[in-house]
Amino acid sequence: MRHIISVLMENESGALSRVAGLFSARGYNIESLTVAPTEDPTLSRMTVVTRGSEEIIEQITKQLNKLIDVVKLIDLAESFHIERELMMVKVKTTGEMRHEIRSLSDIFRGKIIDVTPTTYIIEMTGTSEKLDAFIAAINPDCIIEAVRSGPTGISRGEKGLHL
Amino acid sequence: MELSGAQILVQSLVDEGVEYIFGYPGGAVLHLYDALFQQDELKHILVRHEQGATHAADGYARATGKPGVVLVTSGPGATNAVTGIATAYMDSIPMVIISGQVSLPVIGSDAFQEVDMIGITRPCVKHNFLVKDVTKLAETIKKAFYVATTGRPGPVVIDVPKDITAPQIKVPYKYPEKVSIRSYNPVVTGHKGQIRKAVDLLLSAHKPIIYSGGGVVLGEASKELIQFAHTLGYPITNTLMGLGAYPATDKQFIGMLGMHGTYEANMAMHESDVIIAIGARFDDRVTGKLDLFCPYAKIIHIDVDPASISKTVKVDIPIVGDVKPVLEQMLEIIKESQKQPDAKALELWWNQIRQWQSVNCLEYDRQSPLIKPQYVIEQLHEVTKGDAYVTSDVGQHQMWVAQYYPFDKPRRWINSGGLGTMGFGLPAAIGVKLAFPDENVACVTGDASIQMCIQELSTALQYNTPIKIINLNNRYMGMVRQWQEFSYQSRYSHSYMDTIPEFVKLAEAYGHVGMRITKPEEVRPALEAAFAMKDRTVFLDVMTDQTENVYPMIEAGKGHHEMKLRVATGTSTDRELA
Repeated sequence: MRHIISVLMENESGALSRVAGLFSARGYNIESLTVAPTEDPTLSRMTVVTRGSEEIIEQITKQLNKLIDVVKLIDLAESFHIERELMMVKVKTTGEMRHEIRSLSDIFRGKIIDVTPTTYIIEMTGTSEKLDAFIAAINPDCIIEAVRSGPTGISRGEKGLHL
Repeated sequence: MELSGAQILVQSLVDEGVEYIFGYPGGAVLHLYDALFQQDELKHILVRHEQGATHAADGYARATGKPGVVLVTSGPGATNAVTGIATAYMDSIPMVIISGQVSLPVIGSDAFQEVDMIGITRPCVKHNFLVKDVTKLAETIKKAFYVATTGRPGPVVIDVPKDITAPQIKVPYKYPEKVSIRSYNPVVTGHKGQIRKAVDLLLSAHKPIIYSGGGVVLGEASKELIQFAHTLGYPITNTLMGLGAYPATDKQFIGMLGMHGTYEANMAMHESDVIIAIGARFDDRVTGKLDLFCPYAKIIHIDVDPASISKTVKVDIPIVGDVKPVLEQMLEIIKESQKQPDAKALELWWNQIRQWQSVNCLEYDRQSPLIKPQYVIEQLHEVTKGDAYVTSDVGQHQMWVAQYYPFDKPRRWINSGGLGTMGFGLPAAIGVKLAFPDENVACVTGDASIQMCIQELSTALQYNTPIKIINLNNRYMGMVRQWQEFSYQSRYSHSYMDTIPEFVKLAEAYGHVGMRITKPEEVRPALEAAFAMKDRTVFLDVMTDQTENVYPMIEAGKGHHEMKLRVATGTSTDRELA
């Protein structure tokens, strides 16, 4: 099953490689990983999307907790949460295609953030499935490149991951 | 007080209460060695190879319970230490390793003797630190000792760039009395509700067994374990790492379990209905094939490391905490409950166990004209009155010590269990002897293992650590040969060295006493003579039966109930295999 593990860790050099090293050394799978400092500059927050049986996910969370740099973590998949991913897609747009891509982007609530005579860059956020659907809806020949941040998530309600 | 980084490092170790530091100098740590030269509180033990430094510090730590401290230079000094660091990591031994590093401005430029020590050791340390600011040095050292010695202990590396230790830069020094790390708070006491549940399950058991491991040694909980076992009257088995935490000569002790454990311990595990695992981690050498592991048992597991719980074997009642307070809590709850174990069921269970014991799984050919290695260990036990510190290397000889030297006290049995590091025994024995100069220290080894760190014989002379080396010389890598006999139709691929040094001459060349023993009747007198030489390191080169195997054995892919027992083949004749 897919899990989103949100990790609050010391914002120190090497902390990221401890997490990445743990996953590779123990053979855990990483689907995506995002990391950035939080509003408290001594901490950074990492979101790891992984897959595995309940036993494996339990081991992953325990092993992560064992890392000295890890302050706290939660498995977002265990409760109501919201997840979003950011994507930017550069597409070839000539002739009639310019209009078609624009309306498709509107349907997906994308924003065109850069325009040249032959290209658009579309910015889009949403769940990973929505971004997949958008990619599937455009003619693959039109896509020059696409960049995705990997999902990041937050739990709903009053609870939060903080010190 | 203003001190240079090098002085801060030395003074911090002194203030931490460190007695010995095991090391080897080099370019990146010259400032540090200069600071060491100018003081006399901290005693430096100069080894002959950095691997020796780590094993000696490790042996010291295992015997005393205090952290072992190592100092090595950057590059090859650091990489040579890695095997010893990994050895300590696998057995949860508290160590602090200080490695030199090239100066901060040149880090990352492939400078002379530069390696990424932080990156290399990351998977085999509990934590590591790169010091980037001399004003943080003392605090970093304090943190390193705190992390290494608390919770589940382990090695911690401090990588110190050369410019941090420069003599011309002086900063105020004060060694912190305490540190706290917001992201590190090891659990100590156990969850009361879980302990109650565990006690209920334990007292309702019909075929219970206590399975305890190295955590009891590390957690200084031997006394509590004995009280716990005696209160319940249940059979107890120890892992390789747990030997000595429960007295092996106690009648409730049914031997070691696992691959070369006793028949009775493994059968009792297999048939049990309740297992309480105490400071043990269900290692694959203990469990055998997981699908066949203890099919009828409910399992209680006490461990300080939550990640050890349900890692390979799913447990029913997990208890996270230090074994000592948790056992104290348990004893109290047992007392409060006023319930007793089911005496009738327990009697039946013990009868069953006695029956398994009657198989006499450790019997061997005592009439052989060749020296049986088991006999040597039994004699060692007698000559040392069962009270020596015994280190070992890795292989058959290690298993024979575990089987034939009943340890009655914790911290007496010093071996590399998790990583299985050949070369461990000799330097570890030096570390133990430094800690306990008046105690008997023996290193049981083999002709292959001893050659992996034999250069430390020189260290043993320099620091006058009179240890007794018992080399069970069968001219083979015995354990490899045994597996090749069992699983590869006796194709002894490279488990035999065509040339082995004359160990007696070698020992003499290093300034020690060497003796070669070729007949069974010479074993006892030689051991007595060796231990009588209180101030000499003695190397006993004991020529043993080449064909001897370690029995009983759980072969790969088998369960506890499928042990391979020794088939009596009569008295062995004078056989040489090669």
